[in-house]
Amino acid sequence: MSAFPSSLSPSSPSPLHLAVALDGAGWHPAAWREPEARPRDLLTAGYWADVVTEAERGLLDFVTFEDALALQSSQVTEPDGRTDQVRGRLDAVLIAARVAPLTRHIGLVPTVVATHTEPFHISKAIATLDYVSTGRAGLRVQVSGRNHEAAHFGRRTFPAVNIKGVERPSDPVVRELIAELFGEAADYVEVVRRLWDSWEDDAEIRDVATGRFVDRDKLHYIDFEGRNFSVKGPSITPRPPQGQPIVSALAHGPLPYELVGRSTDIGYVTPHDADQARDIVTEIRTAQAEAGRADEPLHVFGDLVVFLDDDPAAAAARKARLDDLAGYVYTSDAEIFTGTPAQLADRLVEWRQAGLSGFRLRPGVIGQDLQAITRGLVPELQRRDAFRHTYEADTLRGLLGLDHPANRYATATATATATA
Amino acid sequence: MSKPLKQIHLAAHFPGVNNTTVWSDPKAGSHIEFSSFAHFARTAERAKFDFLFLAEGLRLREQGGKIYDLDVVGWPDTFTVLSALAAVTERLGLTGTINSTFNEPYEVARQFASLDHLSDGRAAWNVVTSWDAFTGENFRRGGFLPQNERYSRAKEFLATATELFDSWHGDEIVADQASGIFLKDAAAGAFVHQGQHFDIAGQFNVPRSPQGRPVIFQAGDSDEGREFAAAGADAIFSRHSTLDTGRDFYADVKGRLARYGRSHDQLLILPAATFVLGDTDAEAQELAHEIRRQQVSGQTAINFLEQVWNRDLSGYDPDGPLPGIDPDPGEHTIARGRASVRMHRDPVAVAREWRERAAAEGLSIRELVIETTGRQSFVGSPATVAETIDSFVQGDAADGFILVPHITPTGLDAFADTVVPLLQERGVFREDYTGTTLRDHLGLAHPDAGEEPVTRRAAS
Repeated sequence: MSAFPSSLSPSSPSPLHLAVALDGAGWHPAAWREPEARPRDLLTAGYWADVVTEAERGLLDFVTFEDALALQSSQVTEPDGRTDQVRGRLDAVLIAARVAPLTRHIGLVPTVVATHTEPFHISKAIATLDYVSTGRAGLRVQVSGRNHEAAHFGRRTFPAVNIKGVERPSDPVVRELIAELFGEAADYVEVVRRLWDSWEDDAEIRDVATGRFVDRDKLHYIDFEGRNFSVKGPSITPRPPQGQPIVSALAHGPLPYELVGRSTDIGYVTPHDADQARDIVTEIRTAQAEAGRADEPLHVFGDLVVFLDDDPAAAAARKARLDDLAGYVYTSDAEIFTGTPAQLADRLVEWRQAGLSGFRLRPGVIGQDLQAITRGLVPELQRRDAFRHTYEADTLRGLLGLDHPANRYATATATATATA
Repeated sequence: MSKPLKQIHLAAHFPGVNNTTVWSDPKAGSHIEFSSFAHFARTAERAKFDFLFLAEGLRLREQGGKIYDLDVVGWPDTFTVLSALAAVTERLGLTGTINSTFNEPYEVARQFASLDHLSDGRAAWNVVTSWDAFTGENFRRGGFLPQNERYSRAKEFLATATELFDSWHGDEIVADQASGIFLKDAAAGAFVHQGQHFDIAGQFNVPRSPQGRPVIFQAGDSDEGREFAAAGADAIFSRHSTLDTGRDFYADVKGRLARYGRSHDQLLILPAATFVLGDTDAEAQELAHEIRRQQVSGQTAINFLEQVWNRDLSGYDPDGPLPGIDPDPGEHTIARGRASVRMHRDPVAVAREWRERAAAEGLSIRELVIETTGRQSFVGSPATVAETIDSFVQGDAADGFILVPHITPTGLDAFADTVVPLLQERGVFREDYTGTTLRDHLGLAHPDAGEEPVTRRAAS
């Protein structure tokens, strides 16, 4: 039997996976000015509970929470000093934990910045998110080469780089920086994953007869040594309910595709047409095979910014009106879609043929486009048998068609015992 | 005229990873599942407690080079659990122990500010320090900090975090949809800090939270720790739960406040305390002894002696006499990741004292350890315990207690049901919450972002 679930086979008409990326009032910089936006509530638990509950009502696989270790900026590499856009945000892991007890099925995937944080802390935080959500946790790993963000930590500096053409850089300084950041991210994910496995599932024995709470032979040092950090282990937190919570990353070029191929369960990619989608999927599958993971399930999700309306002209007009309010035409790394939920369903089904197994939609305005997704797009996809009618699993891995993973250390122990 | 009655503050410490926690009891539940934390927090809130308290450790303990397996092992991430608990409680304060050595101020400040937003003003931070290379092996920088710099780093860490909390004043977000002005000040969150331990600058990205800053706890007991608390903390988590030592500690620490321009009620002293309840005092005493035997098994007693002797004592019979040999005075290697090991400054003298006592009273190793360690603070009927707690607080041995039950997660239930109503009848504990934030519960002022933080005065 193939370890590759049939749902991930590109030619299969299996249902799509759908996620929504949450960021402030929405992805358009003027989203907060729409009447449905709640710009004064963005730092409250109530806002996030309402938004995630709506996503769960739409049976979505999961939501991601954007984050960064600096104020938002319209400039990629520096602060912009603007006062006409949403500024200020809460820690994404804490938001995810805050909404976990209020939801039951939807996956919760906060963004974590590998560059400035401790893999030990993040590993136990996501493991704990998995406990408080009973098996619905994941993370999106992100890097930061921004100097103003590094200055918040005061431990390293980066060369100033021109962001233009950063996806396929010719400048060796840029290439080196990207290689360093993504190499560190790969090490980071490796440590996080080893720590999740550092307790075997049945390590807690509570054996009253011998007085032992744990079987310490089932706790494992991870002994990771890398360029940026060394971590001994084991984790302080037992193996989370899913064994391995979901690891995901947004990727725009060869080195990030390598990270996706080597280390993640889901890669988010930004094609602008079906041919590009096909090429990117091929590139990621190649990286996956080179990492020796060809038989493992790996989702590739297309990212799209969406502005939806029952009237396609109205959707486009809304985006144009928001551009006017922002004072510039909003562009994105991802394709920007304006149109009806039915048109979007057509697009998703078409791109699925290119090998994408799901989509992460970025609502232009959360107050409008999230409901258009959950109450317009989702029924449209259901009519085409392209999306679930009910939650079919209790864990995020289950929703994504991933098995409960074997523990790398348990296998080692079993082998050692067998050969002893 | 008699002195007005002091109001008692009560908090609930989730049972920890040490031998106070009895996991072998059939009633003992999970130390990891969220349902245990939710039950514990809801009980504390039902009883109108001030806050819930979570301890932290960053490396599993070892003894004799092996992971210590006799006590509860494993605990969840502090911030994640507290944020989830904010969803299942409405008023209860949420206090997390977070280390200042293996973290960075920008990240910790945004986590606490986020927790304060997401709990509507219920966050508190117990600032602890550690320096050992053993714990450092799990972190980027390893064991980088000399022991004698841990308080200077902690002090600067807290001062820096305070600067970050205060970098937003609370009125910057206008969010005027008509005019398109979201922020009234482009420099909101701007900060510059240059010091011995931190050289950072930029903009903090979490706007001011409901409490302004989280409530600050300090837990160290050394002279430096006391001074650190007097200078900058809102509350102390102390170990002095007996009447005499409690009074001495209380007078000593409160006496240090004037030096920093602070009054007596600006720093609360809340010792950790264990308790055993019974229908009668005699029944409670009997139960207390039984619990002590559960807490100190023969193997636990030997391990405890090894921590003082700094030697392998596995050949000794726990039901026999104490070892005749003296502790190894060399570098402490037998037990690691355990703060209590550092308490025995003169192990040879401690060993001599214990041998003499064991000989005089005819105690075995196990009996000696039961007698000398961790006897419960309050033992008796609900009426006796309520009266004792009240007398400690009115007698200035404490401002209240952080209660540490020995059973997870139901160990607080009987206290909530039987002792709390008696304290309420005595008029010394709230019948209901009168405010919404933890600062309200503790009677602490909300800080003004313009005011100079105490920590910065202390650091100068």
